[in-house]
Amino acid sequence: MRIDVVRMYKDIHTWVGIVSGLALFIAFYAGAITMFERPLQRWASPPSALPPAVALEDAPRLIEATLAAHPEAARDYQINISPTPEAPARMAWHVPGPSGERGDEIGFASALTPQGELVVVEDTPAPVAQLVDLLHQQVGLPFDHEIAMPIMGAVCLLYAVALVSGVIVLLPSLSKDLFALRAGKNLKRMWLDVHNALGVFSLPFHIVMALTAVVFAFHDQFYDTQDVAVYQRGLEDIWAADVPAKPQLAPGARLLPPAEVVARLADQAPGFAPRHISYRTGPDGIAVARVEGEDLRYGHRGPDFGFAVLDPYTGELVDTEYMPGRQTGWMAVVTGFFALHFGNFGGAPVRWGYFALGLAGAFLFYSGNLLWVETRRKRLRRDGAEVTQSRSTRILGALTVGGSLGCVAGSSATIAAAKWLPGQVQDLPAWHMGIYYAVFLAAVGWALARGAARAGVELLCVCAGATALIPLTSLAGALRLAPGGGNHAGPGVLIDNVPKLRARPEHGVMNGVPVVLRSSTSAKKRGLVMGKAGAGASSNKDTPRAGSTVAPP
Amino acid sequence: MARVKAAKGPPLHSRNWFGKASAGLILGYGLALGLSGLFAWFGPQGIEGGGGKAQINMWLMSPVWALVLSFCFLFRDGPRAWLWLGLANLLVFGLLFGGRALVA
Repeated sequence: MRIDVVRMYKDIHTWVGIVSGLALFIAFYAGAITMFERPLQRWASPPSALPPAVALEDAPRLIEATLAAHPEAARDYQINISPTPEAPARMAWHVPGPSGERGDEIGFASALTPQGELVVVEDTPAPVAQLVDLLHQQVGLPFDHEIAMPIMGAVCLLYAVALVSGVIVLLPSLSKDLFALRAGKNLKRMWLDVHNALGVFSLPFHIVMALTAVVFAFHDQFYDTQDVAVYQRGLEDIWAADVPAKPQLAPGARLLPPAEVVARLADQAPGFAPRHISYRTGPDGIAVARVEGEDLRYGHRGPDFGFAVLDPYTGELVDTEYMPGRQTGWMAVVTGFFALHFGNFGGAPVRWGYFALGLAGAFLFYSGNLLWVETRRKRLRRDGAEVTQSRSTRILGALTVGGSLGCVAGSSATIAAAKWLPGQVQDLPAWHMGIYYAVFLAAVGWALARGAARAGVELLCVCAGATALIPLTSLAGALRLAPGGGNHAGPGVLIDNVPKLRARPEHGVMNGVPVVLRSSTSAKKRGLVMGKAGAGASSNKDTPRAGSTVAPP
Repeated sequence: MARVKAAKGPPLHSRNWFGKASAGLILGYGLALGLSGLFAWFGPQGIEGGGGKAQINMWLMSPVWALVLSFCFLFRDGPRAWLWLGLANLLVFGLLFGGRALVA
């Protein structure tokens, strides 16, 4: 390796790291939390206002009563296979919201009283888990998705350059530095050793994250330019040709009841744990059923689910191209990319591994920025200057400390608020956003005012306090003090009480946890999952087959 | 293990980063697009690979773009980066359009 190449890449590594480090810290810290998005959702969910769900075998009664009162639900409704605290209703559907735009929908859920009367409520899932996911996807930027995503993509390109340049810089001294941790007087040396060891040992993880995130940011642009340059405007035809044939409706065919669909699915795909069934009926009156679920032996296309399309009149699987373990060829490879980003294979051990890698990644960026500050200081000292930091060093040091610790404290505060806000305020999502950014900005302001070194200690105390609010809130919930209600039994407990995880006999903490309605808004935003707009919508191209099984509205 | 050696020609440095990086960003994107096109048409199953293949073709752009952007700094200066990456683009798109004409 030539010395000038190493020097040049050292400069490049420094500057791309400075520019992208803070955003990446937020993405990784929030991303680590999203590994447990569903348990967090469960923890944050207030008790349901609905009567207990009817048995799955009784679902036809509920469907009949609901559709009689709400015919608009017939176009597209979901049957929850095993209701849980965060998705307590057996039946749910949504209608377009006031703006009529995709993503703006109002959800409803229904149940039957023991006397058989229909109860319908607006379904408002606790928003905090979704907020953390959004912070992760948009690297903490409070902008519209369309504005935040290209910025996120640029950050990820810098991240890729930082990975390559970091490896180049370390290569000449790899054997000397890799297994060394020189804790001693030279603080910078120790930080550097930690930074190097973390970077090298989690390099495969970081390569996966950088390359997949670039795709998540730019897939629309990639597809649009390929449509022109590669497919001669033929991409829509390729998607359209991929649509499975609609089931041929035999005369007098009737929709199978949900319990029957589940039984037929279990025959055809043992090992696949279904969460919910969506019945979707097109203008021609023919329905298809989409069953969302998990099979932890395989990777999944969505953050924690894959799906299969069934003929709801016969129960036959008609499309398994998004079904874990049953994909073929190219689709299996693409799902591999998604699964590597989401860590959605293998269940709890892999999720905990990704959680640790995510936090380690956040620390990588934190230590990188601190190294920059230390290096400036050292250079000044060597130059004989007074060891006061220059203004840029001071500001960057403060931003590093304030931004990173502000993200930690803000996330903790807004998560802890989830059990206190319901019933007290109207607009829950806005309150969660407000709390996060208030704490975040206050921390940044504090660090700028106090300087990195002093603010670091103080803000760490704030982080510890804010994070301690979460178990304290659980305690308040157990004592029925929090307005957001008590705690729910089940896998959500692992947020409150980590060691209990080992005692759980299931093969994964995420097992059998259904979700109604939300059907992963986050995934929809990434264009990974079908939206109601069908295959043509621009952000929907990753799953043309799924999208195209939906009837046009 | 790689040893640190002295530069043979004039040493590379980071001060002329803008010309190189802009070439890497823009022409790297072009190169990613063209190479993904070559894979789309002349890789396994060709253009008839269906929707799954089309998704793979899209995914392939990310690593190519990121790698060109990462290694474009090895060019001596900005004009050389634009020249060589431009020629590479011409070659790749020539192959793509030429090959497509032959197939069609």
